[in-house]
Amino acid sequence: MNMLDEVKGIIAKQVEVPLDQLTAETRLADIGIESLDVIEIVFALEEKFDISIPFNANESAAEAFETIGAVADAVQKLVDAKAA
Amino acid sequence: MNRVVVTGVGVVSPVGNTRDEFWSALVDGRSGIGPFENIPTDRLVCKIAAEVRNFDPKDHLESKQLGLMDRFAVFAVLAARNAVKDSGITFDEETALDTATIIGTGVGGQNTIDDSYLRLYGQNSSKVHPFTVPRLMPNAAASHVTMDLKLRGPTFSIVSACSSGTHAIGTAFHMVRSGQAPVALAGGSEACITVGGVKTWEALRVLATEACRPFSKGRNGLVLGEGAAMLVLETRDSAIARGAPIYCEITGFGMTADAADITSPDAFGAGRAIKAALRDARIDPGSIDYVNAHGTGTTINDKTETQVLKDVFGEHARKLAISSNKAVLGHSLGAAGALEAVATAMTLKEQIAPPTANYLEPDPECDLDVVPNTARKMPIRAAISNSFAFGGLNAVLAFAKH
Repeated sequence: MNMLDEVKGIIAKQVEVPLDQLTAETRLADIGIESLDVIEIVFALEEKFDISIPFNANESAAEAFETIGAVADAVQKLVDAKAA
Repeated sequence: MNRVVVTGVGVVSPVGNTRDEFWSALVDGRSGIGPFENIPTDRLVCKIAAEVRNFDPKDHLESKQLGLMDRFAVFAVLAARNAVKDSGITFDEETALDTATIIGTGVGGQNTIDDSYLRLYGQNSSKVHPFTVPRLMPNAAASHVTMDLKLRGPTFSIVSACSSGTHAIGTAFHMVRSGQAPVALAGGSEACITVGGVKTWEALRVLATEACRPFSKGRNGLVLGEGAAMLVLETRDSAIARGAPIYCEITGFGMTADAADITSPDAFGAGRAIKAALRDARIDPGSIDYVNAHGTGTTINDKTETQVLKDVFGEHARKLAISSNKAVLGHSLGAAGALEAVATAMTLKEQIAPPTANYLEPDPECDLDVVPNTARKMPIRAAISNSFAFGGLNAVLAFAKH
């Protein structure tokens, strides 16, 4: 499974949105994801890939988490960095 | 109804354990936040906190007494002793039977919880210390204060996260005002800085990385603190009769629930709490000169609190001097409201608004007068102190100069 599908799976489960409605361009805010949901999604991704995502709810690092595709890219980079 | 005044204060804090050390750090904007000294940091992402440093409980308490106490109870007992000493009050048998002791805490015996879980799950021990229960229970601080000072009136703890200390003082204020208790010891205590405690806050992703900067552009979260503060509340008549020093009068208390989000603040609920406090004090909003803000340094609290003050005070909001003590004290959860009540009492006594320290530059979303970085000598007739807790529980005290 590629990273985009992994992320879509986790997000779909978190907010109970059908998987087939999610694309790389889907904006988290548009599917009703609130600040606490983001924190849970970040945690689920950290657990799944055994990585640490430097996410502070007070900072606009949230920009990196605007779309599902952006989340997948950020996670992929951390996974690659860990393997390197 | 009785008029209620503050006649004594006591603190254990990251900037000192005497009233004068505490107040001078607030006025100078000298922060108690720094790298951890009391706990191992190898597994922490967060690097800073406002710890009570160089503190040895054995300097103050007998080992038999200490063996039964968590750190948060030790803090409360010392703060209570200092408050009583400061007020000069002596408890005759009759008064002691009616004196109330109300203490707020967010989590209770966090050190005890951490230690016992470490033994069980980390060190594979099958036993914990026999006093684990009496040490960790959230009412332990209140109980130890009563035993230490032999106070036998209405006593309990209040648990409302970051509003606990304010709820405790407000409740005690109402008890003295109504005549239910002639005297009350009220405040809050917290000792939440353990590896386990810090980890839980890291997980929420709200901790600042290098400083607490309330209301400033560039703020990025709160910094955990610890400590305790206790106040002696009594009727104005009894204080005057015994020639006691009077810091200020407590005039009102308001409390509300947001019934909205478990972590995000809500302008409507917070505003209603301020209005309730002003109504309880029968005071015109236009005579409030100073606001001791909740001001945690998170993006959302500070912008919401700014909006709340505009909603409640209208045009007068621009004339308020507003400051947060949390850049200096960190956020000590259940003790925060009590430490800030002592700060507000000192503010009224000295007629000096302490600054919001660590301020960098204006944030358009926090555009009121937050007394950035430099204390201000000014006439302060009346003040409020805000606490807006996780769980949407708001508590606000109103004070007046005496």
